[in-house]
Amino acid sequence: MKQEGKKRIWSDYQKEIADDKFYFVRSCIRQTFFPGSDSTYIKILRDVLGKDVYENPNHTTCTGIGYHTEVVPFETIQTVVARNYSLMREKGYENYNPSCVTSFGIYTEILETWHHFPEEKQKTRDFLKKATGREFEEPKNLAHTSDVLFKFREEIAAKAKYKLINKETGKPLKVVDHIGCHYSKMFPNKGVGGAEYPQVLAGLVEAFGGEVIDYPERRHCCGFGFRQYFVQGNRGYSIAASKKKFESMEPFKPDFIITNCPGCNYFMDRWQYALAEMEHKTYGENGYGIPVLTYEEVAGLVLGFDPWEMGMQMHQTDVEPLLKKIGVEYDPSQKFKGANGEDLPLPEKPNHIKFTI
Amino acid sequence: MGKLFDKLNSDVRFVEGINGCINCGTCTAICPAAEVYDYEPRSIANLVQTRDDSVIEELLKSETIWYCGECMSCKTRCPRNNAPGLIIQALRKLSIESGLFVESEKGRQQLSLKRMLGNSILETGYCVHFDHTELSMFPELGPVWQWIRDNRETVLKKVGANYQGSGPGAMRKISKENLDELEKIFEVTGGLEWFNTIEMHSERKAQEMGLEKGDETDKKSSYFREVYTKNSAQKHNRK
Repeated sequence: MKQEGKKRIWSDYQKEIADDKFYFVRSCIRQTFFPGSDSTYIKILRDVLGKDVYENPNHTTCTGIGYHTEVVPFETIQTVVARNYSLMREKGYENYNPSCVTSFGIYTEILETWHHFPEEKQKTRDFLKKATGREFEEPKNLAHTSDVLFKFREEIAAKAKYKLINKETGKPLKVVDHIGCHYSKMFPNKGVGGAEYPQVLAGLVEAFGGEVIDYPERRHCCGFGFRQYFVQGNRGYSIAASKKKFESMEPFKPDFIITNCPGCNYFMDRWQYALAEMEHKTYGENGYGIPVLTYEEVAGLVLGFDPWEMGMQMHQTDVEPLLKKIGVEYDPSQKFKGANGEDLPLPEKPNHIKFTI
Repeated sequence: MGKLFDKLNSDVRFVEGINGCINCGTCTAICPAAEVYDYEPRSIANLVQTRDDSVIEELLKSETIWYCGECMSCKTRCPRNNAPGLIIQALRKLSIESGLFVESEKGRQQLSLKRMLGNSILETGYCVHFDHTELSMFPELGPVWQWIRDNRETVLKKVGANYQGSGPGAMRKISKENLDELEKIFEVTGGLEWFNTIEMHSERKAQEMGLEKGDETDKKSSYFREVYTKNSAQKHNRK
């Protein structure tokens, strides 16, 4: 009965996701910390699914992190967003496809603002015209990149080389899904499954053969908190929120965490390392952390992509225990090699969390 | 109705953020900031709906309005569709415009945020740029990050990035023409004035505190280090 209730609620939170011709815009955080996930997304869409994905080099930051740290005023970010929409239409695209959850929240919030306060939209038109001479139109479709992989999850699963199944036991891997707050907490009907039962990652995990864990702090923020991370004096806020989640999920023994937000992925990966160094506490098996994967990496792994070309060596919480569990064929010796297979000096090992070098 | 309240009420985020709070406390129960700080979003909503300017002025000078992480978890759960996070955004705007942000330890942090994120936006076209992610400022990046930075050309190429390159791709260089358009938007919409306001009031406060603010790009001055690192935990932490 409980499950039926959840499914019924979910049916209220379906969203329209474009089928093709995506205008892809990158996230500041994603491309800095996990650029291989961006590459993987484009490869899946173009090479596996045969979709048209366009990236405009003239696109700039949406300034969302600046906005949420009160460094950028609302009028300014609205106009930057309007410019980004203008760039899209200039290239003949209308399906806006951001990989950042902060940006996705920004784009959604601003479209809603313009809907409820048309004078804000007019003001933005005037600002953009004055500053750049540009006009703009709203996108026809706004979907986060995780929405798009969710939409094509069955097509990806049909071409998969691996499943999210423990090779030794034959049982589904237990997966924690973590959804970025700004994906659907502000506007629940703009996310697949809403804010209480978001399906966007759970749907992917289940389509790939895994099992999603429902744990008490599933909906708690990772702790980014914008200024609460960027200012060193506030960082206790950030690590405390992630710790609360790790403590809550630990008894369920997750095999890995999947996130749809660039920031969340970074924090849940790095705070496990920091907690180990500070408190000598690890949350995974045998002294390792719980691997934290992007949804692009998860989709790429099941499709048989090389983990090191996807940039999985850039995680500080080691992913190799998971690769072995799934039975992924990969070359451990290539992990810290350069682009042409050349030897590089190896990274230092952390002191209190296992890390395969 | 006072002058400060009128200013708050002219911000569409404030209008959207408060529809009559019934003080149920659901927002506080779900709030990550209330978990660690001496902070209740419920009381923020309750205080602003008094429409009392002296109450609002106290908030603008307070530590309280800087505790929120703008995760907007409060918006999801409020039975009256309020969003204390949006109220906070409107209060912070007013605190910066009035210069009162420098009267609190957490508000003074604004200078470090402006110099890290604001300057980065106009210089690079990114809020966060690879070249600014030093372990000295972000030690939790860990030893693997040092390895990535030390071998950036080849490691970033291997994962398909276009670090500092032309054309599309991750970490590409944003051209001058695009940066110029971005700066013009900041000029026309009040973004540059906002930066100057933060620098100007910080200068006044730095002098009062006997610290050196440094020029507007300085991340090593005594005032920058003070506001970036100081945490009077006893004062801020949840009792």
